[in-house]
Amino acid sequence: MILLTRKAEFSASHYYWNDAWTPEENQRVFGRCANRNGHGHNYTLEVTVAGEVDPATGFVVDLKQLKDVMEREVIAIYDHRHLNLEVPEFKTAVPTTENIAVAIWQRLDSKIPGARLHRVRVYELPDLFADFYGEA
Amino acid sequence: MKAYLGRRYRLSASHRLFSASFSDAQNQSVYGKCANPHGHGHNYIVEVIIGGAIDPETGMVMNLVDLDACVDREVLQPFDHMNLNTLEAFRDIVPSTENLCIEIERRLSRALPQAQGLTVRVEETSNNFFEFSSDRASAPASQTRQAEGQR
Repeated sequence: MILLTRKAEFSASHYYWNDAWTPEENQRVFGRCANRNGHGHNYTLEVTVAGEVDPATGFVVDLKQLKDVMEREVIAIYDHRHLNLEVPEFKTAVPTTENIAVAIWQRLDSKIPGARLHRVRVYELPDLFADFYGEA
Repeated sequence: MKAYLGRRYRLSASHRLFSASFSDAQNQSVYGKCANPHGHGHNYIVEVIIGGAIDPETGMVMNLVDLDACVDREVLQPFDHMNLNTLEAFRDIVPSTENLCIEIERRLSRALPQAQGLTVRVEETSNNFFEFSSDRASAPASQTRQAEGQR
């Protein structure tokens, strides 16, 4: 088995808020991230797939196909959008880096021809990231 | 849903790699310029990856403010801008980056008992780094790497 990783970037805005809590509770738990006017990041997405090398092509997966799937399933929907207001999965879930990694996994899972999704890593900042491996 | 939160911190410190039981010539032969008598320093990067269930209320594995405070208290305050050779943790062991990585993991695993998997990676320069995970519940990627390495 070999692992292959492809990166992509998207820029989006978000805020952290739990409707079940008072404004004071939101402020206490989420701090500046709870500012209701939102704020934004340049996110970097790393998608790692696992598979066997096809002896005919030398590929695990066709990189162009992987890029197209990432573009269609994630970037086209997230890039230059407000995650809370414009992306359906974050109507209910807080768009933390962890939840973004889970949501991207669910968008990509089983859509990559010939390889198995191994890890989704989302960088919110160069020094802050979340990993999801599809674990329950 | 189990996910992993990763955070990178900077830490500047000096060290000298040598063993008191070796002769000067042996130290020079084993450690090379790292054994120069007055030590040298690095801008280390400490990457901490902590696993856990995503809290459905907050969307978080762990609140970043709490993780930052913990790493500051357990790692940055004791080690940043220090000479590692002078510290209690390295009184009997060489302050190699392998040992620094293990020491940081040990401190954090003690301070974060709720972690379902902890991996510490220390980058000594942009060209070399070390990773340590004392438990079996660390990220699947680390397990894969260990498995691959054993083949």
